[in-house]
Amino acid sequence: MIALLLILVPVIGGLIALFIKNETTVKGFALLVSIITLLLALAGVYSNSSSQLHYDISWMPDLGSRITLGLDGVSKILVLLTAISLPIIITATYKNTYPGAGKFYGLMFLCQAGMLGVFLSMDVLLFYFFWELALIPAYFLCSIWGGEKRIQVTFKFFVYTFVGSLLMLVSILFIYFKTPDHSFAMQSFYHVKLSASQAQWMFWLFFIALAIKMPVFPFHTWQPDTYEQAPTAVTMLLSGVMVKMGVFAVIRWLLPIFPQASQNNSSIIIIFAVIGMLYASLIAIRQDDMKRLIAYSSIAHVGLMCAALFSNQQVGMQGVIIQMFNHGIVIIGLWIVADAIEKQLGTRKFSELGGLAQKAPTLAILFVVLCLANVALPLTNAFVGEFLMFNGLFLYNPVIAGIALIAIILAAVYTLNMIQKIFYGNTVALTENAHDSSFNINAALVILVIVVIVLGIYPQPMLNLAQQGANLFITKIP
Amino acid sequence: MLVYLVPLFPLLGFLLNGLFRKSLSKSIVGIIGSGAILASFIVSCILFFDVKSGGALQVQPLFQFINISSFKIDFAFQVDQLSALFLLIITGVGFLIHVYSTSYMHDEKNEHFARYFSYLNLFVFSMLFLVLGANYVIMFIGWEGVGLCSYLLIGYWFKNDNYNYAAKKAFVMNRIGDVGFLLGIFWLLSKLGTANYNDVFANVHQLSSTDITGITVLLFIGAIGKSAQIPLYTWLPDAMAGPTPVSALIHAATMVTAGIYMVARSNALYSLSAVAENLVAIVGIATALLAATIAIKQNDIKKVLAYSTVSQLGYMFLGLGVGAYTGSVFHVMTHAFFKALLFLGAGSVIHALHNQQDMRYMGGLRKYLPVTHITFLAGCLAISGIPPFSGFFSKDEILAAAYANHHEVYWALGVVGAGMTAFYMFRLYATTFLGEFRGTEEQKNHLHESPLAITIPLLILALLAVVGGFVNVPGVFGGNSSLHQFLAPVLKTENVPELTSSKDFMLMGVSVGVAILGIVIALAKYIRKPELNEPQGLGKVVANKWYVDEIYNTLIVNPLSYLGAFFKNVIEKSGIDGFVNGVGTFIQYSSRRLRLVQNGKVGTYILLMVFSVVVLFVVFWNQTNIIDFFQKIF
Repeated sequence: MIALLLILVPVIGGLIALFIKNETTVKGFALLVSIITLLLALAGVYSNSSSQLHYDISWMPDLGSRITLGLDGVSKILVLLTAISLPIIITATYKNTYPGAGKFYGLMFLCQAGMLGVFLSMDVLLFYFFWELALIPAYFLCSIWGGEKRIQVTFKFFVYTFVGSLLMLVSILFIYFKTPDHSFAMQSFYHVKLSASQAQWMFWLFFIALAIKMPVFPFHTWQPDTYEQAPTAVTMLLSGVMVKMGVFAVIRWLLPIFPQASQNNSSIIIIFAVIGMLYASLIAIRQDDMKRLIAYSSIAHVGLMCAALFSNQQVGMQGVIIQMFNHGIVIIGLWIVADAIEKQLGTRKFSELGGLAQKAPTLAILFVVLCLANVALPLTNAFVGEFLMFNGLFLYNPVIAGIALIAIILAAVYTLNMIQKIFYGNTVALTENAHDSSFNINAALVILVIVVIVLGIYPQPMLNLAQQGANLFITKIP
Repeated sequence: MLVYLVPLFPLLGFLLNGLFRKSLSKSIVGIIGSGAILASFIVSCILFFDVKSGGALQVQPLFQFINISSFKIDFAFQVDQLSALFLLIITGVGFLIHVYSTSYMHDEKNEHFARYFSYLNLFVFSMLFLVLGANYVIMFIGWEGVGLCSYLLIGYWFKNDNYNYAAKKAFVMNRIGDVGFLLGIFWLLSKLGTANYNDVFANVHQLSSTDITGITVLLFIGAIGKSAQIPLYTWLPDAMAGPTPVSALIHAATMVTAGIYMVARSNALYSLSAVAENLVAIVGIATALLAATIAIKQNDIKKVLAYSTVSQLGYMFLGLGVGAYTGSVFHVMTHAFFKALLFLGAGSVIHALHNQQDMRYMGGLRKYLPVTHITFLAGCLAISGIPPFSGFFSKDEILAAAYANHHEVYWALGVVGAGMTAFYMFRLYATTFLGEFRGTEEQKNHLHESPLAITIPLLILALLAVVGGFVNVPGVFGGNSSLHQFLAPVLKTENVPELTSSKDFMLMGVSVGVAILGIVIALAKYIRKPELNEPQGLGKVVANKWYVDEIYNTLIVNPLSYLGAFFKNVIEKSGIDGFVNGVGTFIQYSSRRLRLVQNGKVGTYILLMVFSVVVLFVVFWNQTNIIDFFQKIF
């Protein structure tokens, strides 16, 4: 029942929000709905009862598709991330105003519902349905409330992801016709028999869709532009949660459906992922724009996840699963700071900033902690994930792991650059009269920082959830 | 469970001073900051005497940090002879530095004063963590923790961009070493499934010689970064940007000794790999000599001391490389005493001269700063290895061990380095304390001895620097090498053959003779003519640190930076992106022209889909070639 409610609450909440005209009302309403969803998610995470965690009802019997929802280890982690994100995002951007706020928040909830559906679906057609449901509101959010170049950029974003979705659909349909019982159910897909060349083709069709979503080099160019142009609340949702749909789908669908093809193609994918890590890190070092720096840093981090996914090691897989959560927490925090600075000072350019630590010490401290998590310092949440992922990569190939580890050195360079150029040094004209961040921003950041540190010191509960997931899927690979 | 209190006090100090930095007065901040370390020191003493009396200190894990099917890492501490000794050094010297700081940093604004002390506590906390950890992962947590704290403290005056740059450099250089450390841990975990010291050392026989060499070399890369050895030493001299007590903390009590600790802790592994041992010894002696040459030509009082630290750390690694683990740990201890003393003494000088660090504008301070002078002299004699000062015993032990293990070349080079050490230290001493004052009149009128909070730590450290060597008097002097006996349960693979006493005396005679020679030359040269000239020719190359920073910039930093710019401006803009946008434009254009469907956008999608299929087809066609290509590379 919880599984169903997790989707219904944001859908209904979103639909209601679409029709609320008053901005203050809709904000309060949005916060309320997001907190209810969070409580539901928490109940789901702590629940062990099968009836609560699973939901199954006939949907399109002729096609062999059912509405099958389920919460297992992996999806618990991602559902929690999705549910935590929205209240944090709404709190942090509470003072931002949007023309047509009702529609804005309504679409945010529909997007959230889509993502929750992706994580909960145990039926491929349903999964595909939610995949698109998450995408379409995001498209409107970017094109209506985005920055100057929003139309052009959103078009690129849409073309990219839509092409990916179509390729994935082709692959799904092909496999569907190969299932013995013509069913979209997860187990039917897992047990489908494909010839080697069929599997090879379908694997790539499916994978490219996910690679665009993650994104993995060289499919990443939609991302920096979109993150830059989208309204920050949407950027948080996209980078904090939506990119995890790609990673998640690899674990949930790609690896179990194509165990052999995944293994055969792992070397080329890992090589591209590692190239992408270094490539994005080097670009991040040269960025003058805070949002673009964070975007490229994210590409580098996701590249590591992708490499670890295909290393075919349980330890790496577990690292990926918890890192999906950790990365989301950290990057949302970084966006919050970027937004706070841009809203207050009107710029994101490092060359126009400096010395902000003197004027905004609280923001500086919270930002530094998040940055430390961004470089995966031990006792922050990201360390455990990266430690396990690199460990998995090392077991796959020590040389590749060594090359990939260069990225953590480069991460230190660009992250510390960012701190220095914004917060250290002397104040400049623009920051002379700056003030500290407001209460709602601090509150959101403090919550994130607490999560960062608690999960950094005591990651075991998260690891236990991840273990369920990793056990389930790694065994599929021969 | 007493052991968990040791890092807990500094952690509480960090939190209290950090969170309430705006409301606490300076004296309260100082009491909290210093008191936390004092409390740790007291607990450390209790632990130390427990260990000494043979108390079995089995420490229970606090909780499971990472427990997954392939390995289990506990959040566990371990107290044994080695860690107990380090605890005393860290908290003892650390406490004196804290007390000193209360006076030295007193001109800072209230909240920055508290920020300073909270960082200082965090630094000690991280170092304690590093030393207490019962496995390599916990050690790594402290390892990166001290890297972070050095970053925060070097960049403490964050308005100054040069300082920020130095702070960043320290962190990044350390990170380079950390990559090696991490790979070493992964290798260990992949072979043994554990990172616990006890389990690893009990199962070394399961490792092939390739494994052992690989693991030890990778771990050593970590030590190179943290302990500032060639080629990653350049951050340490720049770390002078931090307040002077911080330098004392980095150089004496925390941080740089971590590499020595790690190798000594892993002696069971290192002793099995001749390759690693030789590498450690060569890097050590090379660093010792290179840094000593640079120290000779520096005019900044703190830079001389910084390079002397790099050089002394080189000696410690030489000791580790030739199997003299106790000797190296002994030198860590004596070095902590005299180097903390020297840095704090330099801080007292700088304080008296209102932030003047250039030795060309000092001189004659003996009269004005009598306590600083006499304590500083004790430090200089100790580091120069003059008997019976502490540095003599520890340095001699390392050099004698090199000789006894048939590394006569290392011994000879070590003696040369000892001569240089004596020379540059007394060059520093002579130009600072002897002769006439060369600063401004105004500075001269304000010259005065520092307050008690500064001089008392100096006196205590001076006492330790003088007598610290007596804890390990070798047999030739009728001692019983008590440190050896104490550390023997941990440093099991210590391997130093006995020398005959006549040979032993001869070796000592040579090294002491060379050191005295160095002192005499320095005094003769700089008492007569204290003005330091602008260096020429080779001297200029040395004064500019052999241009190593410039070489690194040209060979590594700049090319990477240009590569990043190339990726950003060319590949991203015109390469990948241009391709994608081009496709988009082309399709929009052609769909408009062709009017295949009424809605241009839908047409776009369909065309793009067809196009993608074609692209995919091409990729597949060449896939085997692509994979073959990459397989050849790896």
